[in-house]
Amino acid sequence: MDTAQQAVLTIDGLQILLDALRQRGYRVVGPTVRDQAIVYDDIASIDDLPRGWTDEQDGGHYRLIGRDDEELFGYAVGPHSWKKYLHPPLLRLWSAEHDGQGVRVVAEPDPDERFAFIGVRSCELHAIAIQDKVFLSGDHVDPHYRARRQDAFIIAVNCGQAAGTCFCVSMNTGPKAKAGFDLALTEVVGDSGHIFVVEAATDVGRAVFAEVPHRLATQDEVAAAESVVTQTAASMGREMHSDDVHELLLRNLENPRWNDVAQRCLTCANCTMVCPTCFCTSVEDSSDLARAESSRSRRWDSCFTMDFSYIHGGSVRASSHSRYRQWMTHKLATWFDQFGTSGCVGCGRCITWCPVGIDITEEVRAIRDSEQH
Amino acid sequence: MEGLERIVKEHPFFAGLEEGFLNLVCGCAKNVRFEAGQYLFREGEPADQFYLIRHGRIALELTAPGRGAIIFQTLTEGEIVGVSWVIPPYRWTYDARALDLLRAIAIDAACLRQKCEADHDLGYEMMKRFLPILVQRLQATRLQILDVYGAPA
Amino acid sequence: MAPPPEPPVPGRFPPDPMVPCVARVRRRRRDAPQVWTLDLEVDDGDGTKNFPFAPGQFNMLTVFGVGEVPISLSGDPTKPGCLVHTVRAVGAVSNALARLGPGDPVGLRGPFGAGWPMAEAAGRDVVIVAGGLGLAPLRPALYQLLAGRARYGKIVLLYGARSPDDILFRREIESWRRRLDIEIEVTVDHASSVWHGHVGVVTTLISRADFHPLHAIALVCGPEVMMRFAITALRHSGLGDQSIYLSMERNMKCAIGFCGHCQFGPVFVCRDGPVFRHDRVQSLLALKEI
Repeated sequence: MDTAQQAVLTIDGLQILLDALRQRGYRVVGPTVRDQAIVYDDIASIDDLPRGWTDEQDGGHYRLIGRDDEELFGYAVGPHSWKKYLHPPLLRLWSAEHDGQGVRVVAEPDPDERFAFIGVRSCELHAIAIQDKVFLSGDHVDPHYRARRQDAFIIAVNCGQAAGTCFCVSMNTGPKAKAGFDLALTEVVGDSGHIFVVEAATDVGRAVFAEVPHRLATQDEVAAAESVVTQTAASMGREMHSDDVHELLLRNLENPRWNDVAQRCLTCANCTMVCPTCFCTSVEDSSDLARAESSRSRRWDSCFTMDFSYIHGGSVRASSHSRYRQWMTHKLATWFDQFGTSGCVGCGRCITWCPVGIDITEEVRAIRDSEQH
Repeated sequence: MEGLERIVKEHPFFAGLEEGFLNLVCGCAKNVRFEAGQYLFREGEPADQFYLIRHGRIALELTAPGRGAIIFQTLTEGEIVGVSWVIPPYRWTYDARALDLLRAIAIDAACLRQKCEADHDLGYEMMKRFLPILVQRLQATRLQILDVYGAPA
Repeated sequence: MAPPPEPPVPGRFPPDPMVPCVARVRRRRRDAPQVWTLDLEVDDGDGTKNFPFAPGQFNMLTVFGVGEVPISLSGDPTKPGCLVHTVRAVGAVSNALARLGPGDPVGLRGPFGAGWPMAEAAGRDVVIVAGGLGLAPLRPALYQLLAGRARYGKIVLLYGARSPDDILFRREIESWRRRLDIEIEVTVDHASSVWHGHVGVVTTLISRADFHPLHAIALVCGPEVMMRFAITALRHSGLGDQSIYLSMERNMKCAIGFCGHCQFGPVFVCRDGPVFRHDRVQSLLALKEI
């Protein structure tokens, strides 16, 4: 990007940016500390951001640790992803009124709100793009996803460090935010003080940014921002050799390694809940006691549950072996057949939040190594 | 005898059987006929012959108390009925009833067993023809026992 | 590669494909123990509407307050004013469906799915192998074949049921038997001694059926185990994997490729199927718990 087009914001400027978005009617959501983790929630001010916190992540391990500095975005990703807002965990689809004449079905309207997401990482931009493909590009469009997605304002943040479970570099999904945002910030603490080097990518982004006091970035500041990203890229916690994974997994569907991981996997479904691309849902019907009103809701589901694949008399995938294999081969292999890309963005959440520390990069490595014999 | 030879030779079970063996087999064979509803044999009776069906159909049945007679297999022209004659104690383990007018070749089991003992090449030829039929029936029976169409318990 | 799917049939989707329209039960008939056929009609308020569908497609039927299940369309595609569905009552929703009576409301979404390859069948012998409830999604294909009889070669229906009481659509089968232009063989797994027909698995009928393997196309539907055995027998008779079609079944919550439940390897049974050409799913059928 042309240096002339990158700008610099101060911390105060960032607050003004948030205010400008709120004034335009956006519901601003971003990272905040709660329950000893960095989660996504409504934020009103930059004081809500996790200033001075970083995260220590490894297989089955997540801790918040204080930083020496006051960086607002000095961590990677936590257990939440933006699908919490774009593809809500619980959503009423319709309700039906029963009277003497019959039944009248009323679709549930989508709330009249627009989101502004602040702090979206490159891996998350890719995850959103992946879910866009799932919900918006097929024969059917999910109107609820579209309603939440189409006007969302996205402020990306280029990561200042990688966490122990990050592997976006091997998945070609980061750390630099390249597309899918309105504004992208790189937090730089250095010679110019505590600043944000800003890139505007869309007309809406530029229009909002015009309301915020800023100045053009110097060449040094742009270089400093670039070196933040370069440093992050060099410090990935994990890696996955990813260009052959589709064929590798599909020719190893009966590899004994699946038994191995099955003995460790609790089928707790944590991985699917924290994964930013997992999209499976189920529906539930309910009615009042008099059956005068009934409704259907959609909720997140997981291929790890025992009855996910239930058909007359039993589940097709009854063993934990088959359910783990389904999740991993869908995420890394058959997702390509269905949507043209990998389903994995290398965010590492599944590794961090697995209670027994199963590591998807290690499983791929083990299967690949087993072929060397 | 010539007419019988031709009929036996034309039956799919003996298709391609060498002349010499054909003569041996025909020495144990005769034409038979059953009316619709007539039983060829009953469970427990000595299995002293087996049948090559030329025309008509046969129902294989077992009777269970409280359930009456249950048909578990039907056989038709070109097929053979009866394998219990091959193994001791040479007794039928089900009933066989003609569903229609039945024309068949009956082959005397004791006669054929004796000839197979005397000529092992004939014996081997018979086994080669029997085994595929047994295997196919076993595979089909497995699918039957799975009771795949039934509603789950 | 797989052949292009049958041309899409315009559905009756409101702006949100997860919201059902309201249909009514016109008639309910019992076909066999625990198996019922429901005739539904959709009325938008200005007379009963036609609801075109392709043989092999299915609808998602809702019993309000209970739930929703995928049910095959089992009626005549040339008579789209009445939607016929055949249901086996096994779970909460299907049992509730089976208890509905004339006039009762039913939520309806559809039609969904890729249907039987009717265009591909033109000019060829058509061998239909149905097991148990599998005859229901095949019946629309039969109706369409018989309605345009001259377009096809020999038509053979091989149908296996558990016992004579479980034979579906008996009167219809008898009326088809009276035609001279279709070969029908029905067999059961076991029967009482009054049964005069075949007893034995349906796969044993395949080698005896009269069709030309090089020019034939086979449509197979029934329990998965039965379909595997039937396909083996069809291949043994000389049919190639590109000439055999089967209808798969999996758990479905949305029928539009979003809920993820019906995945079978890379394919979504609701959207890429339920009818598949055998070569596309051959390797998957051989895998356990896939």
